[in-house]
Amino acid sequence: MSVNLGIPAVRSSGEGNLFAHEKFQSAAKRELKNEQLRANLRHATHTIRDKRLNVVSELPDWEELRESGSRIKENVMARLPELLEQFEAAFTARGGVIHWANDATEANAIVTSLIRATGETEVVKVKSMATQEIGLNEHLESLGINAIETDLAELIVQLGHDRPSHILVPAIHKNRTQIRDIFRAEIPNASPDLTDNPKELAATARAYLREKFLNAKVAISGANFGIAETGTLGVVESEGNGRMCLTLPETLITVMGIEKILPRWEDLGVFMQLLPRSSTGERMNPYSSLWTGKNGPDGPQNIHLVMLDNGRTRALADKNGRSALHCIRCSACMNVCPVYERTGGHAYGSTYPGPIGAILSPLLTGITAEENSSLPYASSLCGACFDACPVKINIPEILVDLRAQDVEAQHSVRKAPTEMDVLMKGASWALSSGTRLKFLEKGLPAGRLLAGKDQRISWLPGIAGGWTSSRDIPAPPQSSFRDQWAQREKFQKSQGSQQSQQSQASQKPTGKQGE
Amino acid sequence: MGAKEDILSRVRVALQGDAPVTDIPREYRQSGTMNQDQLIDHLTDRLVDYKAEVKVVLATDLQGAIAEFLANARSVVVPHGLDAEWIAGVADADVVTDSPEAPVPVDQLNATDAVLTSSAVSVAESGTIILDGTPTQGRRAISLVPDQHVCVVPASTIVEILPEAMPRLEPSHPQTWISGPSATSDIELERVEGVHGPRRLSVIIVKDA
Repeated sequence: MSVNLGIPAVRSSGEGNLFAHEKFQSAAKRELKNEQLRANLRHATHTIRDKRLNVVSELPDWEELRESGSRIKENVMARLPELLEQFEAAFTARGGVIHWANDATEANAIVTSLIRATGETEVVKVKSMATQEIGLNEHLESLGINAIETDLAELIVQLGHDRPSHILVPAIHKNRTQIRDIFRAEIPNASPDLTDNPKELAATARAYLREKFLNAKVAISGANFGIAETGTLGVVESEGNGRMCLTLPETLITVMGIEKILPRWEDLGVFMQLLPRSSTGERMNPYSSLWTGKNGPDGPQNIHLVMLDNGRTRALADKNGRSALHCIRCSACMNVCPVYERTGGHAYGSTYPGPIGAILSPLLTGITAEENSSLPYASSLCGACFDACPVKINIPEILVDLRAQDVEAQHSVRKAPTEMDVLMKGASWALSSGTRLKFLEKGLPAGRLLAGKDQRISWLPGIAGGWTSSRDIPAPPQSSFRDQWAQREKFQKSQGSQQSQQSQASQKPTGKQGE
Repeated sequence: MGAKEDILSRVRVALQGDAPVTDIPREYRQSGTMNQDQLIDHLTDRLVDYKAEVKVVLATDLQGAIAEFLANARSVVVPHGLDAEWIAGVADADVVTDSPEAPVPVDQLNATDAVLTSSAVSVAESGTIILDGTPTQGRRAISLVPDQHVCVVPASTIVEILPEAMPRLEPSHPQTWISGPSATSDIELERVEGVHGPRRLSVIIVKDA
């Protein structure tokens, strides 16, 4: 009989592209200065959210679908060991091979060895958050394997040596002229006369990638769903690049987070109504592919799946934050978020931007990891993300919980008394006496010196720095309320004596009535 | 095997002490209310919205409708189980049959103008046509690589909402769900039809004669 010690020996924290390397607050400050980005984002998020509202209002049972979706995911988390084993049995029975990866390093090593076994040095890729999370492209590149992104936006980002800024429309921060310049510079055989017409740009990408699709021997994908009872994998997309990758090459390697499981075939009927409407605001995305292992001469002959943890079990262990794993990567939350709309996706640092990223990244890595502790503060807690989420993830509640975890973590590393204690003692001393407060208020004009041209203070020294690290303070007024009150009294008194003189004067007829 | 055990053991530890799982409520619509004419109208409306071309015909006019859509195709590929009558009206094009035993090479598919297939199930509400790899629909590659896809939808295969379609589908068959032609909105959110899949989707809805 084995004894369960309750502490798994292997590390469980997420790694790869999950870390913000800079505090959100300072990254946001820089990104806010990018006017092009803000204009593009505003247009994009507003357009998508309006489309989404239209198609959601078409469904009389939208709330019932959300409720079922949410409860199916809850059910998945609670039954995960059993469902994962059921999925593995069904997938394997149909000729697929499953590999398990604790973290990004292991997943990258598995994919690399699978590619090496084919002898290929170039692979085509379907857009996938999981492979971006583990930094697969960078890893393969360092080993001399060229992974070509085939989603148009991902291709733009890859050719532009850039990073995605949105999980649905990763190149939304680039406008058409910038894209034309990237294509002219980076796509061999691109016409020097290429204009910035989106049709022409798409045709250029089509011609460039078609040759790759027809010759590729290995493809890499993520998966939107894995169905436990049947062993089926599913990918939703728009352009057909996914279909090309999933059906033409000989070898298909899929990387999927362990939380992507759905118990039953019929559950797909719920999620395929929730996902497209929430993400692109369409009734259905143009193409979805579903495959269950090998299918004779239809599709790849070597079917591999890497089951990825990379911090998911850590997030699962957080009972308050666990529901972040319900996320189906639709991006509805970022399209309604006032913070995301202004800062853009790069400010979040991690693969997952926006409200979901602000909870998912720290849950996967742990709140103490690098700069990820700043992410739960990247929110006004307005609640729009909760309303928009098709699987009802209570993002604001999890944000508050993670802030509490962060404060606790900070407390444990600091020496007593805390800054807060000192501040509170000081405030109590000042506020308990009118004379003391009056004396302190004399210092207000000095505070104005700290404010910038925009009349906002975004940095305070010493113990007050904790406050300004995540918010700006309006510059203090020229003078205190007391002083202004005293001024007003004085003014009214002098006005009062003048007025009584005037009112006496007005009783005399002047001959200029109604003036 | 090591990683699998590590992961499952961490999952079990994470779930320790949790309350038992409750049933999943499924209060959403499980069946539609439309009659066949309404289903055809609804599906047509959705498909046209996606910029697909749609013809609604009686079974007796199917051959003519196919010939009209394929008027400009010089070469057409068909799956081996397709009714030979369907393509008989297309006189001017080379017709190639794809089968599991003799799959058409991808280079040849790339040089082929059009593909003609049937379909398994269609969902009116979302404008989705589902192909399931059976002999009237063929391998996934044939409906992907040529530039035009002419797809026949028998009226009896149309359902109103997705939950009605799920039990009609066999999960072990590879499936392609098609809602309009290939499209992208990645450049300034301006929709462009036809990136990598067929640029033209031509749908023929066949009413019972």
